[in-house]
Amino acid sequence: MKVYADNAATTKISKKALQAMMPCFETIYGNPSSLHSVGQDAFHAVRDARITIAECINADPDDVYFSSGGSESDNWAIKGAAHLMAKKGKKHIISSKFEHHAVLHTLNALEKEGFEITLLDVYENGIVKPEDVKNAIREDTALVTIMYANNEIGTIQPIGEIGAICREKGVLFHTDAVQAVGHIPIDVQADNIDMMSFSGHKFHGPKGIGGLYCKKGIRLPNLIEGGAQEKNRRAGTENVPAIVGMAAALKDACDNMEENTKKLIAMREQLIEGILKIDLSRINGDREHRLPGNVSACFEGVEGESLLLYLDLMGISASSGSACTSGSLDPSHVLLSIGLVHEVAHGSLRLSLCEDNTPEEMEYILEKLPPIIDRLRDMSPLWEKIQKERTK
Amino acid sequence: MEYSEKVMEHFTNPHNVGKLDDADGVGEVGNAKCGDIMKMYLKIENGIITDVKFNTYGCASAIATSSIATDMIKGQPISEALKLTNKAVVEALDGLPAVKIHCSVLAEQAIKAAVKDYYDKNGIEYDEAEFHFNEEHHH
Repeated sequence: MKVYADNAATTKISKKALQAMMPCFETIYGNPSSLHSVGQDAFHAVRDARITIAECINADPDDVYFSSGGSESDNWAIKGAAHLMAKKGKKHIISSKFEHHAVLHTLNALEKEGFEITLLDVYENGIVKPEDVKNAIREDTALVTIMYANNEIGTIQPIGEIGAICREKGVLFHTDAVQAVGHIPIDVQADNIDMMSFSGHKFHGPKGIGGLYCKKGIRLPNLIEGGAQEKNRRAGTENVPAIVGMAAALKDACDNMEENTKKLIAMREQLIEGILKIDLSRINGDREHRLPGNVSACFEGVEGESLLLYLDLMGISASSGSACTSGSLDPSHVLLSIGLVHEVAHGSLRLSLCEDNTPEEMEYILEKLPPIIDRLRDMSPLWEKIQKERTK
Repeated sequence: MEYSEKVMEHFTNPHNVGKLDDADGVGEVGNAKCGDIMKMYLKIENGIITDVKFNTYGCASAIATSSIATDMIKGQPISEALKLTNKAVVEALDGLPAVKIHCSVLAEQAIKAAVKDYYDKNGIEYDEAEFHFNEEHHH
């Protein structure tokens, strides 16, 4: 059996997205900037896609900008807002300890430019406290950027509350919603979101396409100078097939969200229940406020990369927050941020589901996982130590 | 990052996994904080490593390097085992990703630590310099 359980990394493109894209290669191949009818067909396709996406997040289509993906949108929004507000003497940015690197590394770069960064605690449950945001806001705070849902442990942040605080205090609010858009209901107006990043391939759209919602009135500096695309802010001929595919995928995801969520939560809980039967295992992050398809676990005495690769040999594609997979040797900053010690954080496994998964696949995972953990523990000197400690 | 076929072969079916209850020398290097620990058990007769087993906690390359390094010293005189370099281990595995080279260093050190333990237990004199390495390895 083959089980793809790494949907937080990327998803398979949906049939609807693929079907919507094909004409963009075959007949709607014009340049949206061209005035002739071939070009106008492409112009209309991009316009319709923008409207569709705006509807899915309750935004004005004029406030939706296309980009190459989540990282670009994060860089654009955060650097842009920082530089915009620096002109007003505001050089303080508030974020959280467990943001995606697209946010954290951008903040590092801004720190080198002289910005002051406050990274808020996310506590054991992996959730930012809105009152911490409130208390951290200063006269010179330029921006608050807090992710909508965490990419590793799936915890959903109180974005509405944080948005309300920022709006009340007159501070710009950006959210990296790459893991949330298409997975949970999002309303940028109700949540008082000023800027929001999203990425097509996280909800069964194509890769290399994403977007930034940027509320009217926020004059973000241009990202790419050139033609008039994206209202002069990001020049370059639009990636029409990808834009159209992303919109179709998002519409499909939002149309079926209620049904998908029910199915996903049932499978998620099935996995969690089975995983917790394994000796010295734990589930990371709040059990309730988490993405419907996210399971993040740690197993003491085993190392995540080995676990992931043995699962792969069984046909199961998963992910590890483990250091080793990323090329860095420290364990995941996300797992450390919720208070796990290095030894435990190294033994992490993330299973991220989508509606194409089945309960039978969950059974298969739960059948294959325990013997792999036993095998790794049998050869683990760390497990030997843990066992000795326990019998003391 | 990509592993060679050789690494995957040794990771999938590692050789010499286990412990030796009657080991003549045991060496352990690495630490849990860094995510890898290697423990080697040697059986030594007349200066020859007649048997070797390992236990490793770590990533695929840590397991693969343990497997191939134990293969490389099995049946060898101690003097030859001490000459095993991490470079030779990497070559035998058809290469390791740059971020994983430290695993091969661990394998070399684990063998040395086990030999040192054997020397210490048997009152055999040795040159300290030859066994000079950081047991608490840092990345």
